[in-house]
Amino acid sequence: MRVYAAIAWRTFRRYSTYRAATAAGVFTNTVFGFIMAFTYIALWRARPSLGGYDVTDAVTYVWLGQSLGMVGALWGGGFREELADRIRTGDIAVDLYRPVDLQAWWLASDLGRAAFHLLGRGIGPTLVGAFAFTLNLPGDLVTWLAFGLAVFLGALVCFSLNYLFTLAGFWLMDARGVHQLAGVLAMFFSGMLLPLNVFPGWLGDLARALPWSSALQIPADVFLGKRQGASLVSALAFQAGWALVLWLAGRALTLLATRKVVVQGG
Amino acid sequence: MADALRAYGWIVAMWVRSTMVYRASFAMLTVGQFVVTGFDFVAIFIMFVHTDTLGGFDLPEVAFLYATSGIAMGTADLLIGSIERLGRRIRDGSLDVMLIRPVPTFVQAAADDFALRRLGRIVQSLVVFGWAMVAVDVHWTWDRIVLMPVMLVSGTVIFASIFVLGAAFQFAATDAAEVANAFTYGGNFLTQYPPTIFAKDLLRAATFGIPLAFVNWLPALHILGHPDPLGLPKAFQFASPLAAVALALVAALAWRAGLRSYRSTGS
Repeated sequence: MRVYAAIAWRTFRRYSTYRAATAAGVFTNTVFGFIMAFTYIALWRARPSLGGYDVTDAVTYVWLGQSLGMVGALWGGGFREELADRIRTGDIAVDLYRPVDLQAWWLASDLGRAAFHLLGRGIGPTLVGAFAFTLNLPGDLVTWLAFGLAVFLGALVCFSLNYLFTLAGFWLMDARGVHQLAGVLAMFFSGMLLPLNVFPGWLGDLARALPWSSALQIPADVFLGKRQGASLVSALAFQAGWALVLWLAGRALTLLATRKVVVQGG
Repeated sequence: MADALRAYGWIVAMWVRSTMVYRASFAMLTVGQFVVTGFDFVAIFIMFVHTDTLGGFDLPEVAFLYATSGIAMGTADLLIGSIERLGRRIRDGSLDVMLIRPVPTFVQAAADDFALRRLGRIVQSLVVFGWAMVAVDVHWTWDRIVLMPVMLVSGTVIFASIFVLGAAFQFAATDAAEVANAFTYGGNFLTQYPPTIFAKDLLRAATFGIPLAFVNWLPALHILGHPDPLGLPKAFQFASPLAAVALALVAALAWRAGLRSYRSTGS
């Protein structure tokens, strides 16, 4: 266990050295937050209480999206390019005979990164948003704690999704295409472009049932107080369930992949 | 100039050949690009499931804004978007290699890692554009017809200039490449939506600061026959080429200044 904590801490430290990059990221997220907030205001002005949100909820949702977007790293910027590179170059062979579990190693590293992005890039945009617009911030500690848990479970789901898509590189040699398609699906089905509760009909049902809703929609609904009591428990259980299923799928795929590895040379 | 263009063509051809080695990945990336931008439009479409107008613009009109911005951005990105990798080249020292080759550094940086898959974004925008042109309710007079290509070319030059400005900024702040995204991708995102939904200060900044309003908003107001939310003189709606040329000059100066201030990373 100590080794994984050390890996997480080192990754956190590694990301924290890129200060200018972090500031630039906060700036970009803030600009996007402003543009999106205005488009949402226009939509909610035309249709107040759309999807069970009022204008304040909708604007808060925008800023949460800008703050949480990098935590899951679903559209890149996480470990997956690094792991894909190791698979492509064959360095993965070295990783496989290390006395640590491959999947757990990358999870630890990714959680360290996610923690940094939550603190380094997450707080900034929402703070700016709170100055420029009226936001719906939770008033009680329980909601904040539940939100923290939802973000953590969301990060687990995102890790497993990224891990699965990256392992596809064992078969495809070049995982960039898969990564891009994965990024597109994630962007749309996490609710980053538009809250999933606004999606019409079967598309909405589908989007809310897929694992990506754990990345933004569920944490945001917990934050906005839309999930309380039994509904909160079922939301967290939904996330935990997907995290477990995807983790086990990752296990199985790792086994298949390691059997496939051919170490050349030597 | 002719030499520079020929060199650009050579580098581009080389990169296209190299991407074709991984054909499956290339196909997926191109389709991916097509879909990436496609989902943006699906989101707009979903908005219009719930409302008939956004800021006084109906769906075909928003599609028109979306497509014209997308074509301009996509073309600029295809032609010189790779220049945003400059920061990485500075960090790992490989910019030095570009400086000693007998081809202008700008040409090399612009054609670096030329990615044909970016056609995906342009094709997707063209599809939406085709639909918008059929669906939009416009009385086509000759001035509106002439304004169309003028708008698309000016928009491309404006986005290309912002790419160059972003790259020039990386000579000063190597790590902060993402700042440029706020103006390139952010500018693209901004001009997909009607100007009427944004705060007046933001519109002023997009007109007199970084001239994004000239990409499509101002000419589109004339083409679609909407009043200007800022109440600017009518001449602004025809001034996109001027704004594009002015910004291109600023970008050229910034690039020169940046390149001149460049001191290699050393070792």
